[in-house]
Amino acid sequence: MTKISRRKLITAGAAAVAGAAGLTAADKIARRYGVVPPDGCGIYGPGETLTYAAQRLLTRHTLAREFSRSQISEKPFANAIAPANDQFKKLQAGGFADWRLTVDGMVAHPLSLSLSDLRAFPTHSQITEVACEEGWSYIAEWIGTPLSGVLHEAGVLPQARYIVYRSIEAPWWESIDMSDALHPQTFLTMGMNDGDLPVGFGGPLRLRVPRQLGYKSVKFIVRLTATDSMKTFGKGLGSASPEAGYAWFAGI
Amino acid sequence: MTTPRHSALVRITHWLTVLSFFALLVTGLELVISHPRFYWGETGNVNEHPLFTIPIATSRDTIDNGYGSNMPDQNGWSRYLHFESAWLLVLTGLVYAFFSLLNGHFRRDLVPAPGQRAPRAYFERMTKYLRRGPPDPGEADSYNVLQRAAYLGVICVLFPLVIWTGLALSPSFNSAFPFFVDALGGRQSARTIHFFVTWAIVLFFVVHIAMIALSGFWSRTRAMILGRAQEPQERP
Repeated sequence: MTKISRRKLITAGAAAVAGAAGLTAADKIARRYGVVPPDGCGIYGPGETLTYAAQRLLTRHTLAREFSRSQISEKPFANAIAPANDQFKKLQAGGFADWRLTVDGMVAHPLSLSLSDLRAFPTHSQITEVACEEGWSYIAEWIGTPLSGVLHEAGVLPQARYIVYRSIEAPWWESIDMSDALHPQTFLTMGMNDGDLPVGFGGPLRLRVPRQLGYKSVKFIVRLTATDSMKTFGKGLGSASPEAGYAWFAGI
Repeated sequence: MTTPRHSALVRITHWLTVLSFFALLVTGLELVISHPRFYWGETGNVNEHPLFTIPIATSRDTIDNGYGSNMPDQNGWSRYLHFESAWLLVLTGLVYAFFSLLNGHFRRDLVPAPGQRAPRAYFERMTKYLRRGPPDPGEADSYNVLQRAAYLGVICVLFPLVIWTGLALSPSFNSAFPFFVDALGGRQSARTIHFFVTWAIVLFFVVHIAMIALSGFWSRTRAMILGRAQEPQERP
């Protein structure tokens, strides 16, 4: 009896040591390959790191599902009201002619682009689904230009790891890694279903990130910043979402 | 006298599954109340007809089902904990499945024995349950055919299905494996099936606890913790 329990104790001890060593090694490997998300700390850190690492392993270059024109939702749900700030109202009164998108940070040539400057970039369209974390969804055609083209024009530096994007409406700001930033379906969107992008859906300018949930597709975009670290932005967790208790990576 | 009942593998993975399932259930219910409407097909929102609406107050004002929106809004950490628990469930399930196939637990303890596969065996055991008859002599260290069918159903059908439908709600996962969501009929169908499979697992849980209570709650629970059961079997 004593012998068996001693053997069991030794086995359990060895398993515990192996487990702890395994976790430490896994943490080191995750950091080495850059698959720890900016909010990969605290009690939910292991889950977020596993999710982000698995997604980056499986989905680095995969395309979000696209749908046929007949599947476009007849009555998409607009969950935004126009930003209440005076700056937005003034720009809206002027037909958004003075809207500016600033591109700065780790770029060779910082840019300040009007909507017509953005329209001079190649126009693409995609029919993709917006899925809100609440559970509802709709399909629309999104018309705009891939973010990668604008980043290329600004000469984004090779050491940049994240693109930070800000809304004119505080406190919305987000960031995505370069895998999503350079993804062909990540659009600076100015049109929807063959018309201008309505204010209720984030017009005049929304960043569509169709491989992630709706809250990463921030509305009313005014600024893009390339960076190699999220530490100096906000609380260093990657975006306003983790600061409000939501995961930075919203691909799931 | 005690007799060996559950292996260490079964005991450890059992309690890890209990832990992850409860975390998933509580956080899942919290997420549901932010949009307690369910749809069929690819898309669904307040401008579309629902399959059904749960008549409860919501946690968000993006939906108005007539019961107000003053429920606690805790989607942030609920989502974090839901996915961390899902990882625990999936990894536990993989360890369990791998070693159970390897050491014969699956074949020996869960797949009904060759003489027990006819419908008559299920019927006879059910009749015995309904008459509150004593367990067969072999049941002190082995599962009867109804237990085997129930455990196999949960392990091989319900948990894989709830994990599949959950993954089909990830737009990023779907970009790599579109088949998983398309085969279910779309994103909203996946969400609706995810919801119902959860209740099927809850139903299993309720029956499971009822059966344990009938056969001696503490002796059964002790067996699942320490691995050994009292012999002869206690009757309530």
